[in-house]
Amino acid sequence: MQSVDLYTYKSIYRTELTVKGYVFGTGQKTACIVGPTRGNEYQQLYICSQLVKKLQELEKLGVIANDKQIMVIPCINHYAFNLTKDFFGVKDQDLNFYFPGNDSGEPISRMTGELFNQIKEYSYMIQFSSFYERAECVPHVRMIENGSENVSLANLFGLPYVVVRKPVPTDTATLNYNLQTEENSAFTIYTKAREKLDDKCMKNAISGVLRFLTRMGVMKYECHAGYISHVLHEEDLADVFAQRAGIFKPIVEVGEDVKYGAKMAEILDPFDGTVREEIVASTDGIVFFAHNTPLIDQYETAFRMIHRLHE
Amino acid sequence: MKETVFEYELPVGESYKVYRNRIMPEAEINSPGRISIVSGIHGDELEGQYICYEVARRIKEHPEYLMGIVDIYPAVNPFAITMASKTNPLFKNDMNRSFPGNSEGNLIERVANNLVESILGSDLCLDIHASDIFVREIPQVRLSEDFAESLLPFAKLTNADMIWMNATATVHESTLAHSLNALGIPTLVIEMGQGHQIYRPYGDQIVDGIFNIMCELGMWTGPRPRTQLPAISSDGSVEFIRTEVAGIFMPLTEHNHFVKAGETIGEILDPFSGEKLEEIVAEQSGLLFTQRIFPIVHAGDLLARILTGAF
Ligand SMILES: [Zn+2]
Repeated sequence: MQSVDLYTYKSIYRTELTVKGYVFGTGQKTACIVGPTRGNEYQQLYICSQLVKKLQELEKLGVIANDKQIMVIPCINHYAFNLTKDFFGVKDQDLNFYFPGNDSGEPISRMTGELFNQIKEYSYMIQFSSFYERAECVPHVRMIENGSENVSLANLFGLPYVVVRKPVPTDTATLNYNLQTEENSAFTIYTKAREKLDDKCMKNAISGVLRFLTRMGVMKYECHAGYISHVLHEEDLADVFAQRAGIFKPIVEVGEDVKYGAKMAEILDPFDGTVREEIVASTDGIVFFAHNTPLIDQYETAFRMIHRLHE
Repeated sequence: MKETVFEYELPVGESYKVYRNRIMPEAEINSPGRISIVSGIHGDELEGQYICYEVARRIKEHPEYLMGIVDIYPAVNPFAITMASKTNPLFKNDMNRSFPGNSEGNLIERVANNLVESILGSDLCLDIHASDIFVREIPQVRLSEDFAESLLPFAKLTNADMIWMNATATVHESTLAHSLNALGIPTLVIEMGQGHQIYRPYGDQIVDGIFNIMCELGMWTGPRPRTQLPAISSDGSVEFIRTEVAGIFMPLTEHNHFVKAGETIGEILDPFSGEKLEEIVAEQSGLLFTQRIFPIVHAGDLLARILTGAF
């Protein structure tokens, strides 16, 4: 393993923020794994650090193919983590809204610009990210639909689901969107957890990455074949909104197979404890996404369901 | 008349509510014109607060002059304003990246959609911003070339100091202005002053412009305010000056003054060593229309913008 400094942001009064890449193997720049852009993505940081550890062991065993190089960037937003903030700097900017960046632009664009140029040299980019919502989801690989996406490659992770997303204007500044071209493939992996560390979820995520790298001929690693991924289009997920606000008491969990008419959650009055709303499944299906904090707003997304799919 | 634009329930004894003040003409008028004044999409930008007050006050003083409908929205992002935050502290998003929204979507999408729907039918909308807390701006209209044909005649009437065509950040597709313009409601983005402050002379200047526009639209029969024609500029005639080092920026020129090519407009200082780290020199002559006020800077931060071509 080699550690390289990809970008250094000089602050007047804080330790300089050096984004590090950990490089395994030599030769063709094949796969780059990118860690969290937001300072609340603790699980994503944990996964990437454990992946660096695992790849170090595997490199010693000689399983990385000749002329293939893998780079892991475990974190690009150290400052936010250390302040328990989501975003970057005094302007509270979301790093994942500043790609492809600009080396003569504002501070954040200089950083994303330089990182983008280096990540772009790798044929495959795998990013660990999460929803902005206060929620958990079933593990899945995301690809942006732009005409050059190759969904069958996303299946090689062997995660339960692949979600294809039609881009909206705000997607056009993300790392994934800007890397998805004829020459590059970009995947974003969403794992179940974000704020809480979850070992099972971490191991599944690492297996997914190693499976992909093995299937692409980047390494030889005997791993379980995983799932044959079910491919979904994001617009086909059925949103279930809270009709009332209050204390949110979920009854079902992500991944659960729910029958039509089943009770999914209760929303309670925060002062007198009475039930304001019972959320009932309006379709059979699997819970893909579930709100996971104790309070909920009116019309906040409580669940997203994979319509008429069963375990 | 105080009207509720939308109201949604929040979990603990509060609702998310936005009001507008609809001012109707005293006389009965066949198909009256209508102008909407929107302020506070970014909660750290308060210059519009005074403009809303002053427009309402002048109409109250002479209600007999009013021949159309004036809708005033002083605080379309009320939580952000009360928390002095650019972003919505509830959604953690930039509200001006959520338009046009969706009437059947989640809360974020509904809020955006409700605002757009309530403005539909206006003959003109003014979306009043201020600068952020980092730089100070002269009163200006920012518009995208896509809609220049319909907007330029109105922009010239605003009494702003400058019209900036294609200012990149404001032409984003998910902004309120872009969404309304695309729906056929001419919408001008006005930018001025600085974050967290109200500069009364700029407010009065733009209020004169608003009554000038209302005279033009036949909505105001009172005396027409005396106004100026703004300078018109494109991206090509604006020089951006950024720092290349981190330190303390101290300006050496005044905001809204002419500078000559080669003139030192500020310096970057190091409070530790007493050293001057960088001298900031204007490359071209022109009007210094943007000036940094927040002294802590990092490489890439904007220090000044100079309008070069139009004079
Ligand atoms: Zn603004």
